[in-house]
Amino acid sequence: MRPLTDEETKTMFEKLSKYIGENIKLLIDRPDGTYCFRLHNDRVYYMSEKILKLATNVSRDKLVSVGTCFGKFTKTQKFRLHITALDFLAPYAKFKVWVKPGSEQSFLYGNHIMKSGLGRITENTDKYQGVLVYSMADVPLGFGVAARTTQECRKVDPMAIVVFHQADIGEYIRSEDTLT
Amino acid sequence: MASCSIEDVLAKAERDEAEKLKSITVLKELDLEFDPGLLLAFDKNRLDTRDFKGNKREDCLRSLARDNTQLLINEIWKLPTERVDEVIVAKLPEPTTKLPREKPAPKPKPPTKWEQFAKLKGIQKKKKTNLVWDEVHKEWKRRWGYKRAKDDTKEWLIEVPATADPNEDQFAKRNKAKKERVARNEYNRLKNIARAQKVKVPGTGLLPTSQQTKAELAQAVSLAKISTASVGKFQEKLPKEKPARNTGKKRKFQPLIGDFSSEKQKQLDLLKVMDSKKPRLDITKAVNKQMREEDSESARNNKKGFGKKGRKGGMPGKGKGKGKPGGKGKAPKGKGRKPQMKQGKR
Repeated sequence: MRPLTDEETKTMFEKLSKYIGENIKLLIDRPDGTYCFRLHNDRVYYMSEKILKLATNVSRDKLVSVGTCFGKFTKTQKFRLHITALDFLAPYAKFKVWVKPGSEQSFLYGNHIMKSGLGRITENTDKYQGVLVYSMADVPLGFGVAARTTQECRKVDPMAIVVFHQADIGEYIRSEDTLT
Repeated sequence: MASCSIEDVLAKAERDEAEKLKSITVLKELDLEFDPGLLLAFDKNRLDTRDFKGNKREDCLRSLARDNTQLLINEIWKLPTERVDEVIVAKLPEPTTKLPREKPAPKPKPPTKWEQFAKLKGIQKKKKTNLVWDEVHKEWKRRWGYKRAKDDTKEWLIEVPATADPNEDQFAKRNKAKKERVARNEYNRLKNIARAQKVKVPGTGLLPTSQQTKAELAQAVSLAKISTASVGKFQEKLPKEKPARNTGKKRKFQPLIGDFSSEKQKQLDLLKVMDSKKPRLDITKAVNKQMREEDSESARNNKKGFGKKGRKGGMPGKGKGKGKPGGKGKAPKGKGRKPQMKQGKR
């Protein structure tokens, strides 16, 4: 486990800012204690200082996970968000998409969201903007990337993809053995 | 009674005397083997086990040791003796018994680089005669060293080779070459020692070579650059010069549990920088805003004609309460929208 280098921090923040914008500040500067990001096995974990100090007692090869996994760095040093980060990102989301109950299941199986399944979408959403996906009952379901702007969404045909799937809470079951 | 006692006493005294001064002749069933060179004697006689195991063990051992020592000393007296400073000294012969050595046998010397190479190539040492015939002096001279035959350092004239620079000092050149060879040999010798003792070979640096390769030149440049008093800190750089590769810079990470507040501050600063890098005017955003306004404008116009409302697929979002009708329901109608779409797709 080690702190992130400047380069890695930048890569991660750029990815996070796609979803929560400048609200990253609220993750770093928390009133309820010191929280930090740490890299372990190419994965970024978000944890409190207390947990970190406890985790130092565990040897590196035995440590599977600590705190919350936010995502991982690929071999090409790109950052990929994991679904485990959802709980921390959902409260600060800037752009949201609500999915109709009928296509919720389809999204949770890892499919893109079609226009027909789109319940609501935040006004002003840009193309390729990172969005958080909610059910109509405001339960966060996952992340995605807007394939169309809000304007374009009105005009496209019902089978057109509106939001690209990135991660969903179905992964907790689908990729149970790789999530940490 | 009295006489008896006197006889007894005398006999006892005699016995005690005999005990004190034991005879120098010792009888043994088997003769002992001696190695007077090492003052060594082997007793091959059987031990009396009854005595040995019983309570007279100490006495038995002491008498055995005394007898055998007596025999060894008898043997020493048979050797030629001489008198040195009032002391009689026996001259010991060479020892015949082989004793194991005290220290482990020395390991063979690790081969030098040349010896390794020669073994690989099957090169064997050839014995050359020490003396060779010198045609010039008409006499036998040593093959190498001082006053050697065909001594090229003693030449009073050197022919300038056709390819060489005529102004070059051939004597100086020869001297310099010799010095370099000597230095190189010394360096190799030290390297062999270092390798034999498994010490890390000291920084190789650059060796004089006749023709430097590109890599060697690059190494020479990078070495020369950092060979200043400031370790190259103020060294000027060429335009477009690449940093030297393999300079040995290691990755350094911050400590796992370091200063949390400074870590936080660093991340906040990074966020600030990232924020300031964003353009003030996001063109796509501006265009989208314009499109949206035009949309709502035309929708308001259309609303006058058609009072029908389709709420499905409405996008309230951050609805500004403009009284905007459902976008989807109206979509197929507005012909005036086509140019806007194109604008959006730009």
